[in-house]
Amino acid sequence: MSVYLQDLGRGILKENPVFRLLLGMCPVLGVTGFAMNGLGMGVAATMVLICSNVVVSAFRNVIPKTIRIPIYIVIIASFVTLVDMLLAAFQPDLHDQLGIFVPLIVVNCMILGRAEAFAGKKPVSRSLVDGVGVGIGFTLALVLLASFREILGHGTLFDINITGAAFDPMGVMALPPGAFLALGILLYLVNLAFRRLGIE
Amino acid sequence: MENKLVITTSPHIRTPETIRSIMIDVLIALFPVAVVSVLLFGYRALILMVVAMVVAMVTEAVLLRKKDIFSDGSAAVTGLLLAMTLPATVPWWVAAVGSVVAIIIGKQMFGGVGHNIFNPALVGRAVLVVSWAAHLAGDVFPVPRPFDFSADVVTSATPLGMEGAELADVALMDLFIGNIGGALGETSALALLIGGFWLFYKGHIDWRIPGCYLGTVFIFGLLFGGAIYENALLTGVFHLLAGGVMIGALFMATDMVTSPVTGLGKVIFGVGCGFLTMLIRLWGNYPEGVMFAILLMNALTPIIDRYTLPRKFGEVKK
Repeated sequence: MSVYLQDLGRGILKENPVFRLLLGMCPVLGVTGFAMNGLGMGVAATMVLICSNVVVSAFRNVIPKTIRIPIYIVIIASFVTLVDMLLAAFQPDLHDQLGIFVPLIVVNCMILGRAEAFAGKKPVSRSLVDGVGVGIGFTLALVLLASFREILGHGTLFDINITGAAFDPMGVMALPPGAFLALGILLYLVNLAFRRLGIE
Repeated sequence: MENKLVITTSPHIRTPETIRSIMIDVLIALFPVAVVSVLLFGYRALILMVVAMVVAMVTEAVLLRKKDIFSDGSAAVTGLLLAMTLPATVPWWVAAVGSVVAIIIGKQMFGGVGHNIFNPALVGRAVLVVSWAAHLAGDVFPVPRPFDFSADVVTSATPLGMEGAELADVALMDLFIGNIGGALGETSALALLIGGFWLFYKGHIDWRIPGCYLGTVFIFGLLFGGAIYENALLTGVFHLLAGGVMIGALFMATDMVTSPVTGLGKVIFGVGCGFLTMLIRLWGNYPEGVMFAILLMNALTPIIDRYTLPRKFGEVKK
């Protein structure tokens, strides 16, 4: 049981894809203007990650080593297509907001990285837990970054005004340069907190 | 006996100059500009300058855990230069945020004084312009009321943002002494030139950067500046005096840390700044391009330095 807990916790803290490994930066920078978009992106990527981890792990003994990457990408792309269509059908507004970044999950190196580094070598049950852990870590990081940017850049959080009318939003945080600035600041703060808490 | 032979490693020639003494010279050079801006724009100018300087110094002292808040003076210069680029109508907290951004993102994140890639004051201003465009761009520049300390504010665009008939009313003499709408420190070419000559006299700036910068702006204004005045030469002069070219060329492009060290590099840097400024002014979306021009050339500085290294004595051309 403890090995599963370890697999789960590692993806959230020690090997958080955004704050520790800096993987999958494209959606991290691209869709974190609003907390809702960050959450949607995180959940979509998590769904793909869990499914692809399970399938890759289940077929790990029959996938030829030499062409494993193309096969992983085909598996991931299938699930991305599924998620893309599901989003378009049930959450059309969110789908419009995320735009090109949903299809781009195919080449998200976080998902490919988990397939290559974990699911391709470990049993299905552990790969499932790993997918859940990394997915939660990714989603939490995206929501944190998006909240930071939404509060500073728009004065709202999940579209609810929380700062009052006197607050004059810092527009740069809502724009692409703000994504880089906010990510840099959060990387520093989160890693500082990790070091203080003894998580290395 | 042991005093007769002193053995030390190089350097053997030292200068009494320190960062602190240079920064104090820069502050002295900015003093006439500050005085003129208070005379023109009243108490608002004073508040902005004080707020920006104090916040910059306190931010740096807190980050570096220093008790001496003036320290080497570079934070004070950054704060003052930032305030100089803001219109007097800007709320004080915008200047404060700009100072914090300038010190943290513009300077300390790169490793502090001497290590920053971009001019910190301009980084602060760039973030402010993108964030609070409503306070910093368009018709927000106060019309100066000379010697009226508590003047009510009437705002207008900078001369660069004006068109047609409005522009024809702008007198070059007003541009030269600064009796025109604009940011605190950019309006009075006279005061800026006095400060610039002081820095030149003390040897802190080289003629190449401001000379090439202003020369390029003049030539571009002459050739492509449009028919602001009947005499094309005067149009060139207009582009020299209007907007932030003077303060940019004399105080910001010449920043020792962020400009090239080689002679030829300085020429390239100055011409590049002038070219980009005029490109943005004449064909870009913004009325003024000094800030982005200098920031872009700052980014090129390491490359310019690398390719303009002088040949070492005896080195053979490959």
